[in-house]
Amino acid sequence: MSQEILDGLAVIVNEVAGVPVEDVQPDKAFIDDLDIDSLSMVEVVMAAEDKWGVKIPDSEVKNLRTVGDAVAYIQTATA
Amino acid sequence: MTATISSPAGAPHARIMSVGSYRPERVVTNAEVCELIDSTDEWIRERSGIVERRYAAPDETVVDIAQAAAEKAIAASGIRADQIGFVLVATVTHPYPTPSAAAELAYRVGAIDAAATDISSACAGFCYGVAMAQDMVRGGSAEYVLVVGVEKLTDWVDPTDRSTAFIFADGAGAVVIGPSDTPAIGPVVWGADGEQLDAITMTQSLTDYRDNGGPRFPTLAMKGQQVFRWAVSKMTVVAKEALAKADISADDLAAFIPHQANMRITDAMVRSLSLPAHVPVARDIETTGNTSAASIPIAMDRMLSSGEVPHGGLALTIGFGAGLAYAAQVVVLP
Repeated sequence: MSQEILDGLAVIVNEVAGVPVEDVQPDKAFIDDLDIDSLSMVEVVMAAEDKWGVKIPDSEVKNLRTVGDAVAYIQTATA
Repeated sequence: MTATISSPAGAPHARIMSVGSYRPERVVTNAEVCELIDSTDEWIRERSGIVERRYAAPDETVVDIAQAAAEKAIAASGIRADQIGFVLVATVTHPYPTPSAAAELAYRVGAIDAAATDISSACAGFCYGVAMAQDMVRGGSAEYVLVVGVEKLTDWVDPTDRSTAFIFADGAGAVVIGPSDTPAIGPVVWGADGEQLDAITMTQSLTDYRDNGGPRFPTLAMKGQQVFRWAVSKMTVVAKEALAKADISADDLAAFIPHQANMRITDAMVRSLSLPAHVPVARDIETTGNTSAASIPIAMDRMLSSGEVPHGGLALTIGFGAGLAYAAQVVVLP
């Protein structure tokens, strides 16, 4: 698990939805734990695409249930 | 030898001369919408910014609603209805494939012998109409053009579909566009992305419904996340291009009037555009809902009547929706 990607994602989640950076941990689910709704999730995804230069299609977004899922996806996509 | 034909001559520029709008009488709260969908007032406010919306009466037709707005715009324009050379009605909810809503509206408002047609560009329809009217006035095919955005979306929305039922509503807005000595409608930036036809579409065609039936009459279906992503990413670029083509900066704007799709889209666009804090942003969706082609002129009328924005100020307008179609331009407010 890349700490760098996790930290970057935490900053994005904080900017989009106001969730405290320290709450954005790998085991947290975006919707159920962090209260990120579907539209905020799109904004998080778009910001992540810009930051890491990756493509996260809509069909993939629903599979990113937890922060850890997103970190792993970005890690693989940038590898 | 072949004779030479003459070419039409138009005005040097075009402008919006007046605006009028009509919001149906019946106010529908989130609580009432939630009688048929599994949702709450709080959820709807958070996801859309909508607090209440207006529904037309069952016997109120698309043309009735359009007429109410058009008559106000014509009265405020200073011209007579019979001087109007073209009537453009942007709508996707007129329940007749033919004849057009525009032909009926032209007759009703007294635009005698005006040419008339409907524009099917959904939520982009009003901005399409303004661009087309500008070209007619400048091209010499009409001196004055009535452009109406009108929808009775409640006829085409499934009130039990929790992804659309709380968003859409009914209403109309109209402008009269005529000649101007100075530039007053900037270059349009427009297009349509048919690759994303399925992002906002109908559950089935009318002919499929006739032949195969099914549980429901065709209604609107929308992929909210896909539309949100497209609107926030692509439409910000289009809005910036409209400013650049008009040769102004966001700082020069007296108003930003985006299609009232969803408050969250508006908020995201404002952030992406880095819109200066002094520029008022249309947020009419809060009490009007999403009225598709009607939303921009309704919001424009409200901002002008309330004194929130000045007559003669510059407004950036951008419409975007099913198609996926979009159009943006900077206009001088009437």
